[in-house]
Amino acid sequence: MSFDKAISGYVLIKEGRVMYNDVVLFQLPDAAPAIFFNELYNALHINYPKFFKMDNLCKTVFLATEVLLKDRSLTGKYKAEETGIVFSNANSSIDADVRYYQSSMLAPSPALFVYTLPNVAIGELCIRHGIKGETACFVFDIFDSVFQAWYVDMLLDTIGTKACISGWADFCDEKFEAFFYLLEAETDNKLSIKHNSENIDKLYNHVWTS
Amino acid sequence: MEVYIAGKGIISAIGLNVDETLQSLRAGKSGIGNQTNLSGRRDNHLPTGEIKLSNAELATMAGLSAEYSRTALLSMIAAKEAMADSGIHINGLRTGFISATTVGGMDKTEQFMTSYIRDGEFKNIEQVLYHDSGAATELVAEPLGIKHFVSTISTACSSSANSIMYAARLIKTGVLDVAIAGGADAMSLFTLSGFNALMILDENYCTPYDENRKGLNLGEGAGYVVLVSEKVAERLLKAPTVKLTGYANANDAFHQTASSPEGKGNYLAMQGALKMSGLETTAIDYINLHGTGTANNDLSEGMAIQRIFGEQVPKSSSTKAFTGHTLGACGGIEAIFSIMAIEQKMIFPNLRLKTPMKELSFAPVTELMEGVEVKNVLSNSFGFGGNCSSLIFSKVN
Amino acid sequence: MDELMATLKKEIFEQLNLHHVKPEDIGYDQPLFGEGLGLDSIDALELIVLLQQKYGIKLANPAEGPKIFYSIKTMAEYITDHKKQ
Repeated sequence: MSFDKAISGYVLIKEGRVMYNDVVLFQLPDAAPAIFFNELYNALHINYPKFFKMDNLCKTVFLATEVLLKDRSLTGKYKAEETGIVFSNANSSIDADVRYYQSSMLAPSPALFVYTLPNVAIGELCIRHGIKGETACFVFDIFDSVFQAWYVDMLLDTIGTKACISGWADFCDEKFEAFFYLLEAETDNKLSIKHNSENIDKLYNHVWTS
Repeated sequence: MEVYIAGKGIISAIGLNVDETLQSLRAGKSGIGNQTNLSGRRDNHLPTGEIKLSNAELATMAGLSAEYSRTALLSMIAAKEAMADSGIHINGLRTGFISATTVGGMDKTEQFMTSYIRDGEFKNIEQVLYHDSGAATELVAEPLGIKHFVSTISTACSSSANSIMYAARLIKTGVLDVAIAGGADAMSLFTLSGFNALMILDENYCTPYDENRKGLNLGEGAGYVVLVSEKVAERLLKAPTVKLTGYANANDAFHQTASSPEGKGNYLAMQGALKMSGLETTAIDYINLHGTGTANNDLSEGMAIQRIFGEQVPKSSSTKAFTGHTLGACGGIEAIFSIMAIEQKMIFPNLRLKTPMKELSFAPVTELMEGVEVKNVLSNSFGFGGNCSSLIFSKVN
Repeated sequence: MDELMATLKKEIFEQLNLHHVKPEDIGYDQPLFGEGLGLDSIDALELIVLLQQKYGIKLANPAEGPKIFYSIKTMAEYITDHKKQ
């Protein structure tokens, strides 16, 4: 069975829980971010030493994307330049900015400085998943699903992007959340949700029941 | 649907407006020099492309409060010039302001932090009000009377190329009739110490595309173009002479800060822009290189150019030896240079280049060329995070 | 020298956030870059910061890095040679 453009998978990380395609995959409510990240990393059986060097925003988007793509590989199905990433957040790279600023009082840390741009988080995802198409990160006060749907649709409709990771990821003041979905130009995936702002909002605004 | 350039505005170390900039480019006068504006700092031996005006002086030019961040002041000066140049009255037109920056109000935050750390008191807390990157955009959009669409882009050194690309799409998809697009970045200790920590700053004046290049010099400034739809272009008193015919963004997917040796992302961005423009590689008359002067950038970019253009690499130059690397502003500033090359029939020199790179079969232009027909210009901007963008500007027939 | 190398190992693990390997698995002669620890250019820059912060040694030319940072032992030797001056 083949569908038109559709959301073929999604991941929601908030309030210490991880949902992947309607199923709660992992939970550790009330854990500090560092512990949550490490435990989720372990639970996903990843071996990617660079993870430990990433800043908190990168860790957030890295883990979200690991979940989103855990059952599939983009590189097998698409050319690298046909894949893209567009996400938005509210606090840009502020967590890394503060940490770098603190280090710069004594000795500016190059490893912290490299994360003082939100699009470096995208770069990390591109490196990990071999994504070489268009990428962008936007800053909004709150998640704007209308903008997000418009922008990502445009990439698929106009420049030959065939698969795009799209969503929202924020880390500030030890609080974090991520909502990523995969939009594909054609999909025969079991999960297949029409791409519009109502559906995006419905997935993002999920309320935990238990 | 075509997107036309109706106006341009620029401020950098080589001039406070388009005319001054042109004079400096003509005279081969670089804006790199010793730092004077940032005081009491560790890295003050490093040369930069500073604008030699205080915030108070810039504020007068901008018609804004001197309490605003330097980024906002620079942004306003260049955006105002671009609007005036276009002669457009935005009443009744759906107008957007898309601005790029990497530091936002960091200069003010640094002033606040200096006194906070010294005195432990939250004095002048209003200095951090405009810290975030979006604040500078909002501060400028409001006095310009732009309400329809205001957005900020921050993707490192490709930021303002991306804002121009984004604005073009808003016009093409019918969201906007007019868009002021580009970017602004002011010098800050944050970026200076960060780039110094990465050890990619030249302690002398930078020499892009030289075999013995040692790194980049940071700069500050702003550059904006006024982009208009076909419909608006037809009604302009001053008929547009340049249009934006191609753009593309790609990711290098190699390293957080370094480019892949073969410049894969650079290649994809240039190739994508060429494809959109429908131009053959031989139609490009000039490449405004990203050309930062770091060992890594110039080699990767050069390799990608060779792969695309083969034996027939167009005339090229990096203008960063004039302005320094203005980070979030460079795509906007270099868009202006690209447009000026077409309008003025000029190709600007790559200053201080003595020994061409041995890995490359081509070398940038080292002398000013005047009276040359420049129909199509490719402008490159490549940023950290592997974010690569290319724009193509073409002469209107 | 042994004491310096032990301290250095601890400092390197802290500075570079090495979580995927255990300190006891890394020998003093073992190459730090390339295979093995998977360090990259940013790690090299962090080691330059470490030399400056902890040992007051300023490495002006990053091109010297690969030789000095080859292993914990070469780093310790470099520190011993340059601290006396």
